[in-house]
Amino acid sequence: MMHQTSKKLNLVPNTIIRGKWHNHVYTIRRKLGSGAIGSVYLCTINQKYAALKISDKSTSMMMEVNVLKSLNKVQGVCLGPSLMDVDDWIAPDGQAYTFYVMEYVRGYSLQQFLSRNGREWVGVLMLQLLHDLKKLHEAGWIFGDLKEENLLVTIDTPSRVRWIDVGGTTQMGRAIKEYSEFYDRGYWEMGSRKAEPSYDLFALAMVFISLYYPKQFAKDKHPQRLLVKKLQDITTLRPYRPALQKALLGEYQTAGEMEQEISSIISRMRPRHTSRQKTSGPAAAAFVPEVAGLAVVSAMYYLFSLLLP
Amino acid sequence: MKKGTLKQILLLTDGCSNKGEDPSAVAALAFEQGISVNVIGILDDDQTEHPQGLEEVEQIALSGGGISQLVYTKALSQTVQMVTKQAMTQTLQGFVNAELKQILGPEQTMEDLAPDKRGEIMEVVEDMGETCDLEVVVLVDTSASMRDKLLTVKEALIDLSISLNARIGRNRFCIFSFPGRRKDIQKVLDWSPRLDNISSVFPKLSSGGVTPTGPALREAMYQFSKKSLLRSLHKDDASNIEEA
Ligand SMILES: Nc1ncnc2c1ncn2[C@@H]1O[C@H](COP(=O)(O)OP(=O)(O)OP(=O)(O)O)[C@@H](O)[C@H]1O
Ligand SMILES: [Mg+2]
Repeated sequence: MMHQTSKKLNLVPNTIIRGKWHNHVYTIRRKLGSGAIGSVYLCTINQKYAALKISDKSTSMMMEVNVLKSLNKVQGVCLGPSLMDVDDWIAPDGQAYTFYVMEYVRGYSLQQFLSRNGREWVGVLMLQLLHDLKKLHEAGWIFGDLKEENLLVTIDTPSRVRWIDVGGTTQMGRAIKEYSEFYDRGYWEMGSRKAEPSYDLFALAMVFISLYYPKQFAKDKHPQRLLVKKLQDITTLRPYRPALQKALLGEYQTAGEMEQEISSIISRMRPRHTSRQKTSGPAAAAFVPEVAGLAVVSAMYYLFSLLLP
Repeated sequence: MKKGTLKQILLLTDGCSNKGEDPSAVAALAFEQGISVNVIGILDDDQTEHPQGLEEVEQIALSGGGISQLVYTKALSQTVQMVTKQAMTQTLQGFVNAELKQILGPEQTMEDLAPDKRGEIMEVVEDMGETCDLEVVVLVDTSASMRDKLLTVKEALIDLSISLNARIGRNRFCIFSFPGRRKDIQKVLDWSPRLDNISSVFPKLSSGGVTPTGPALREAMYQFSKKSLLRSLHKDDASNIEEA
């Protein structure tokens, strides 16, 4: 509806997309989703899966590509899906579209993942997100549109949270490019929309709050009081409450500070966790090695962060 | 690239103009003067997507070189800031396109460039959008049919100022409502860098059933020229960016 020129493109399975500039050939498999800018399809190239985003809004697409390129340059972590190709496609009716192809992230939503694998994972997911945010911030970027829909937990083990939509990712110090009200501290009257680490940390706290309020909720006359109350009402998050509350109130300057507090919370509660795991039946027991594996991984992250100056 | 000032009129209405000149013609005139006109058509919660009386919303924005969007009151805040930012990008891109044509010849548009080059150009456009100064005349329809929407409009405008004031560039806003008591429009807020304190001054409903959208747009257009008459004498008329 934005420009009335924007046509609804609907690609059926087995459509062949050949790029105008690079001549790579992609076969559409199925639609993964669509949003304000364009649609994302699962496709194959040389028998391998990839995700292809296509839209007639060339400018917005190029801005996303620019972000993906910058994120892919950050060494040592996967921030966002890796970018494989950028090209134009001329549809049979002559209409030009811009598309880009990226790594296909096969994953569960946070909600699905936690209900399959248990809430012991909450802390691990927090640590993973904070670790990536720290790297992202160090590279001079703020994620911006951090929300549940923009996160996937990989199906392939080891389970890892991945970001899939970098449309809101903004250079530090600028105005946040894209956000969603519920996760936006500006909406809650609890801060500006300037791209700084505390903006992402607020949204991160809201991601975990939103898991327990699937229908979300709107602000009232006292937004800050409401949020703190809503957080307090979630018993599952009780151990993390001090840290999440600090994130809401903008009391962390960096993701690293929050990461350290969450790690120490987790290390304090580990004994109780293991005992609960042992008593909770065979299905849950199957995940114990993974939990342990991840605990090791997060401990490693923590050690590395201590080694860095 | 030179740093400049973008000028926009943001019209919030539920359509159905019924008095005075054709709003699209005025919008075209504003665009000629380097002002882009963006229009947000506010739907009633029970309205379908293509209600009568709102066709003019798209038409005005098209003539005014801006962006239009129909929206339910619930999503107003998100939409107002998005439309404003996208309109800035559109204007800046138009400006860059014009420069490109000068360099590459009249046949060339952005789409003829390879994706890599286009990406580089978009980076420049983004930089300009972040750093340029922006002036917005907000024009709020306060005719009787807008009764239930004005509170949301006020919140959306405060929200707009939160978004724009996070930019590096400077902003100036002023707000007018129409119809005015005796005139076509009524000043609500004079040029100001923020909108956080509009609660006390925000307009009550105007009585009567007239909606003089065209004349109101014309008045809105003059708000710029009064202020920058001198500068606009030196205006580069190939674009709506002034040299600062
Ligand atoms: N790399 C990817 N791997 C797997 N799935 C993806 C990938 N990228 C996107 N998706 C899926 O496609 C959906 C739509 O993608 P995308 O994030 O671009 O659009 P959106 O967030 O719905 O809208 P908008 O364009 O407004 O950001 C996502 O919700 C996700 O499920
Ligand atoms: Mg998205």
